[in-house]
Amino acid sequence: MKNFFKNRTLRGNAVTYLVVIVAFVVMQLLSSIGVLGSSTKGFLVPICVYISLAVSLNLLVGICGELSLGHAGFMGIGAFTGILVAAVLKDSVSGDFLRLLLAMAAGGLLAGVVGFVIGIPVLRLRGDYLAIVTLAFGEIMKNIIGNLYAGVDSKGFHIAISTSKMKLEDGGKYIISGPLGATGVEKLATFTMGFVLVMVTLFVVLNLVNSKEGRAIKAVRDNRIAAESVGINVTAFRMKAFVISAFLAGMAGALFGLNYSSVSASKFNFNTSINILVFVVLGGMGNILGSVISATVLYVLPEAMRGLQDYRMILYAIVLILVMLFTWSPKIKSATSEFTDRVASMMKRKGAKAHE
Amino acid sequence: MQSIQYLINGISIGAVYAIIALGYTMVYGIAKMLNFAHGDVIMVGAYIAFCVTNYLGLPSFVAVAASVVVCTLLGIVIEGLAYKPLRGTPSLAVLITAIGVSYFLQNAAQLIWSSSPKNFTSVVTMDPITLFDGRLVITGEVLLTVLVSTLVMIGLTLFTGKTRTGKAMRAVSEDRDAAQLMGINVNRTISVTFAIGSALAAVAGVLLCSTVPTLMPTTGSMPGIRAFTAAVFGGIGSIPGAMLGGILLGVIETFSKAYLSTQFSDAIVFCVLIVILLVKPAGLLGKQVQEKV
Amino acid sequence: MNEYSRKILKVPSYTLLREEDKDKLPVLDVRNLGIDFGGLTAVDSFNITIGPTEISGLIGPNGAGKTTIFNLLTGVYQPTRGSVLINGIDIKGMPTYKVNKLGIARTFQNIRLFSDMTALDNVKVGMHNEIRCSFINSLLHLPGYYKAERKANEKAMELLEFMGLQDMAYTKAGSLPYGVQRRLEIVRALATNPSIILLDEPAAGMNPSETAELMHQIRRIRDTFHIAIFLIEHDMNLVMNVCEAIAVVNYGRIIAKGTPEEVRQNPAVIEAYLGKEEAGA
Repeated sequence: MKNFFKNRTLRGNAVTYLVVIVAFVVMQLLSSIGVLGSSTKGFLVPICVYISLAVSLNLLVGICGELSLGHAGFMGIGAFTGILVAAVLKDSVSGDFLRLLLAMAAGGLLAGVVGFVIGIPVLRLRGDYLAIVTLAFGEIMKNIIGNLYAGVDSKGFHIAISTSKMKLEDGGKYIISGPLGATGVEKLATFTMGFVLVMVTLFVVLNLVNSKEGRAIKAVRDNRIAAESVGINVTAFRMKAFVISAFLAGMAGALFGLNYSSVSASKFNFNTSINILVFVVLGGMGNILGSVISATVLYVLPEAMRGLQDYRMILYAIVLILVMLFTWSPKIKSATSEFTDRVASMMKRKGAKAHE
Repeated sequence: MQSIQYLINGISIGAVYAIIALGYTMVYGIAKMLNFAHGDVIMVGAYIAFCVTNYLGLPSFVAVAASVVVCTLLGIVIEGLAYKPLRGTPSLAVLITAIGVSYFLQNAAQLIWSSSPKNFTSVVTMDPITLFDGRLVITGEVLLTVLVSTLVMIGLTLFTGKTRTGKAMRAVSEDRDAAQLMGINVNRTISVTFAIGSALAAVAGVLLCSTVPTLMPTTGSMPGIRAFTAAVFGGIGSIPGAMLGGILLGVIETFSKAYLSTQFSDAIVFCVLIVILLVKPAGLLGKQVQEKV
Repeated sequence: MNEYSRKILKVPSYTLLREEDKDKLPVLDVRNLGIDFGGLTAVDSFNITIGPTEISGLIGPNGAGKTTIFNLLTGVYQPTRGSVLINGIDIKGMPTYKVNKLGIARTFQNIRLFSDMTALDNVKVGMHNEIRCSFINSLLHLPGYYKAERKANEKAMELLEFMGLQDMAYTKAGSLPYGVQRRLEIVRALATNPSIILLDEPAAGMNPSETAELMHQIRRIRDTFHIAIFLIEHDMNLVMNVCEAIAVVNYGRIIAKGTPEEVRQNPAVIEAYLGKEEAGA
């Protein structure tokens, strides 16, 4: 216990968990006393999903230092796997919570497996080349999912990648129908599960960061050659980070998919990947609590600005550019610090005068 | 005969990709940043040309000139306001800013011109050439795009090889600090690069919309990503690489649509990209740089 | 398992200098090593044998290929010719991280610390393969994790203390003074439990008193850990005082080899360092 208060990272982690728990309890209370409108309630699950996506991408971009532009691809795999599993298990598994849990686990697993298979060739590349390949992969996934057909009939489960090959008996039901995406999805997602997802994501990422695995991952980011020289298998650790990140994104995607009555593949496009990346960068690279906060704020912000209609996205763009300039530009940074120094010294002088 | 027709169509769309890719490649080579707003400059260029011909009723060469001027200025302004203050910061910071600029341009275009698609009138008035009893059709647009992209590539190669500014560009792309020490004005060189890249984007916008006449605020994004892929394909930073990458990408896209699968053409194109990068990690004509230990 | 099949060598190719190394397998045995970059031969016919507790030096003019040799010994570059045996095992085709596991660790001429991590964490990264903590333990922070971390912390602190860096344990490596960074790199290399460490210009940028301290520490490393040390250095005072054997390279080839005294008097060495005419003057 004594160690706990001394150790800054442990304290930081505790704060992160606490923020999430308090936010969950407050939102639950607010919704139970009926203060929250239905539109605000509708935000809760997607916010949890995006927090989880941002944190998992931060593991890859912030902590591992690998730029990925295809995170939405893993989210998509998770979403459609989750929808399929939830639909197929409808009769055999009673209890929506358990079914949702299984769907998310399946979504995460498949995304993780795909991440591994893609990782074998792709992780040989570095920097911007890795970024472009992850972008390409995201587009490929979107393309494949967008042409996927799946359904159930009395003979069981059918899946195909074109209409002509997809033959359901009369009375069979389509779960996914190509470009239209999944329709008639049972909305299993709950805010509680969203909370569980966020906690699991935080637990996995924070624990990993503070272990020998995490140190190795950070070492690879800081100096690949030096990491290798002390006996760290660089490729293996990039792979671990990649697969875990994909797994978490897949789980989040499954929850996302089961939150809407219909979902199409085009949702999981380049723009979504980029949005998640924006959450990560604005929250601070490698800063997990930062990702949690920025995902929440940046998801709510455009929604809150709906009243501004056409101007809201342009304002969002301006805010984004300005935030980047103010947080990163060396000139603006030094100018602002000089300004605050001057104000501080003026205040001091005034204070001194008042004393006289 | 059919396949030759596909080849011609592929080269035509590929030539447009090539011009966009040239802009990407130059900016990447010199500023070392992925300028995701490049695709949206294309869209702005197309809208300007559209306005000049449709609202002002001026001839198409005026439209092209106006669009080049506006985009060049736009490129310089974007670089000066959004990218220049971030020089020396991690490339990811600049990347996110570029995404902000991209959102800004798309939404500004939506405010000005609305999101409903406009029907772009081609700048080419020439009748298509029909060969072999109409089994082979070469439109004026095809000829123009191929011609323009070839001229642009030759022009850029000469420019970077022979002129003072061009040599300065190469020096900056090789080693920015050393170039600065040699008395090269790095900031000015980067501005000039953005100006050229944006002017090319304007030309590409007009050609793109002459070939595919639907104009929307999001018109530039997908060709932008495609062209970026083309630039990487050919070896990012290399001018002939961008040209080769663009043409190849266009041809692969058309052929896979025609012979393999219409729905999966995207997946096929990107798969080819991944395979090429795995075999040649620096692209087809790119230089592999080894890290010094 | 082919790469681990031991090739025990009966006869070392170079007589070991130290009494206690006699009849022991050399820790490093390099035979006829060479590498070409394009058409350029950077290193050629490089031979050296280092005993288990020997301090050896590698000297030569700038651009002679010294760092390239270190890169060859650690698997950063794959040689064009020849072989490198570490504790009797050929490193041919192995990636750097596997070569390190055979018992060779190094520092870098241009310091390569994990600058965003604390000094302590830098050392703990060095101990990576020694820390016994399964992936599941790490992921779930089970009791095994805490036990392993505590042990790692203790050993890392001991190592830092050994080089007099214990007060900087929680400082970010990137913000440490230059001389301290050089010593931290040595600690990190020691943390991998090597049987030989390669030091690439350990005294570069140090003032005379720091260098004197370093000389003392280099000897202390050998005497405490009983490992071999192979160092590149331009400071002749350090090399001549610390090293028991010295190899001199120029244009990628060994031009002289022997004890400090022998090397000092070798005309080829004088010529390489001073040029032909001045040597006569």
